[in-house]
Amino acid sequence: MSWVHNEAFVGYCFIMPNLVGFLAFTLLPVLASLIVSFTSWDLLSPPRFVGFKNFIDIFGFSLIPEAALASWTDYLFVWQYLTPKDPGFWQYLYNTAFLMLGIPFGMICSLFIAIVMNRKLRGIMFFRTIYFLPSISSLVAVALLWRWIYNPDYGLLNALLGFIGIQGPSWLTHPLWAKISLILMGLWSGVGGTNMLLYLAALQGIPQHLYEAADIDGANALHKFMHITIPMLSPTSFFIFIMSVIGGFQGGFQSAYLMTRGGPGGATTTLEYYIYNNAFKWFSMGKASALAWFLFLVILLVTMVNWKYGGKKVHYQYI
Amino acid sequence: MARVILQNVWKRFGDAEIVKDFSLEVPDKEFCVLVGPSGCGKSTTLRMVAGLEEVTAGDIIIGDRRVNDLPPKDRDIAMVFQNYALYPHMTVYENMAFGLKLKKFSDPEISMRVKEAAEILGIAHLLDRKPKQLSGGQRQRVAVGRAIVRKPKVFLFDEPLSNLDAKLRVQMRAELKKMHERLQSTIIYVTHDQTEAMTMGDRICIMKDGSIQQVDNPLSVYEKPDNRFVGGFIGSPPMNFMEAEVIVRGEECFLNEGMFEIAVRRRYKDNVMPYVNKKLILGIRPEDIHDKLSFTLNLKEGNVMSGMVDVVEPLGSEIFLHVNTGKNEIICRVDAHSKVQPNNIIELVVDTRKIHLFEAETGCSILQ
Repeated sequence: MSWVHNEAFVGYCFIMPNLVGFLAFTLLPVLASLIVSFTSWDLLSPPRFVGFKNFIDIFGFSLIPEAALASWTDYLFVWQYLTPKDPGFWQYLYNTAFLMLGIPFGMICSLFIAIVMNRKLRGIMFFRTIYFLPSISSLVAVALLWRWIYNPDYGLLNALLGFIGIQGPSWLTHPLWAKISLILMGLWSGVGGTNMLLYLAALQGIPQHLYEAADIDGANALHKFMHITIPMLSPTSFFIFIMSVIGGFQGGFQSAYLMTRGGPGGATTTLEYYIYNNAFKWFSMGKASALAWFLFLVILLVTMVNWKYGGKKVHYQYI
Repeated sequence: MARVILQNVWKRFGDAEIVKDFSLEVPDKEFCVLVGPSGCGKSTTLRMVAGLEEVTAGDIIIGDRRVNDLPPKDRDIAMVFQNYALYPHMTVYENMAFGLKLKKFSDPEISMRVKEAAEILGIAHLLDRKPKQLSGGQRQRVAVGRAIVRKPKVFLFDEPLSNLDAKLRVQMRAELKKMHERLQSTIIYVTHDQTEAMTMGDRICIMKDGSIQQVDNPLSVYEKPDNRFVGGFIGSPPMNFMEAEVIVRGEECFLNEGMFEIAVRRRYKDNVMPYVNKKLILGIRPEDIHDKLSFTLNLKEGNVMSGMVDVVEPLGSEIFLHVNTGKNEIICRVDAHSKVQPNNIIELVVDTRKIHLFEAETGCSILQ
């Protein structure tokens, strides 16, 4: 019975439930998807190996058929005669990047709310709860609410704009306003949530004596905010930024699906939504897997760049 | 440079009275130490002078100006905090320059002042480092440097040496004293460590429960404590206290501890006479109780006590004995080469010139 006393064995037994789940339902499918990305597979017939065809279909360009590459100058400006094989992909990549414009606004708003929530006021716990509620509400319910707010004819938003004499746009059916609508909704449901809590905790972790030292050094409120609060929050800001960028690349499906079905004309379709469409609408598992792996590599790269250049601006405590 | 005056200063947090009717005048160029046990209000007092706490009642005057309603930055003071409060994201140079930058000094002026202060403190080679790359002692110097560059009227120190190890503390103690000599500045220094207070202060202000107990120079405080608290707080090991009854036999007056008697010297007789047949608190410092074998001066039969040795603490230069008299446990200092062992019976002689007597109820000294 010596194996009972083997600490390593006992340790493995403890992590076994999780490990089995991770291997069977995460690692294995991830590796399988890499293989699938080199096949054509519709879930019903057996997958067929197609090499890099899925990737070429996504990233490839073809010459405009009538383009006549006659002189060498034509070769110099060859990009004028190229047309993407999958114009949708590039549009959705752009959409994804556009929706990520909400990240800095979200961070600023979260910080602002955290600063307000950090005040020692009566009933502050009540307000903290109120601000936190949207982030734990069901997104379906939130979407229903916002569809009503955004309704061009009898929605709350256009009614309010009407009061100050502005004819509001048809929010969800205009290609640009639809994107902005989703960003706004994301801000509403996100700013009071986890990021605000992270900022709140970080604010409370800034030693009071730094502010006192600054008081004596002659700093006013703005100085203190710029020279103490912002730098002292930098580890938190950096963490929130990295996680938001990762989430931004991976996100956009739920709210777009509930609000606009990716429309109008694909204006709110993100890469995640596109992967969903490929996989479960058009049953091109190969292309969906190829897209997913592309997304993975982009996130990896961006995060590495963030760490390399952003990490330098982060100040960690010394005590 | 300037004097600092606190007039009947009070600080209340709700019902809690933290500082009670505190009046103190610190003359220009004085090194004044506020000392007391934790929670006695000394830090709060200092923070009121700094402007970090509001004054509930009373006046604080720096120089010739009443500063109660001035923010810290307009009081022309600099403060060194216990945990240094260095800005972790700034280099040593930036830490020291920050206050000057906010006051819109020119860059050459800032650079000159920072370098000058860095030279004084021996941290000129550290100017490009961040606080986390410094040792505790170096951080302490930077914190002091940040105060020096401002050339303030008054320096405030809030337990600046508490976070240093014992050896460094002794070294920094001397350096701060030297700095005071050099800068000729007014310093108010808060500490709970009576050794720091004794060694550094021109004057010591001893506080307890928000009130001043005694203000005087170190030697006077040590030799003539106003009350039992000061006697017990200043000095290490602390003064021995025991209850003793005053009795008169013929012309002579004695203090009876129960197990032994001490003859009261003639010059104290008038002070003691009102307490005949009453209890007093007798205070004797450890160094004023001697081993009978090595003490020949002033040997009167009545001043000898005997007791059982409980603990022997050799320090190299001296030995402290914890002795049980049968009624009280006392500490006394004997020669480093004494051969006393635990459980020995030892005969001790009290130097009656150096005894202290306090009223039993109030704790006030009756010899002053």
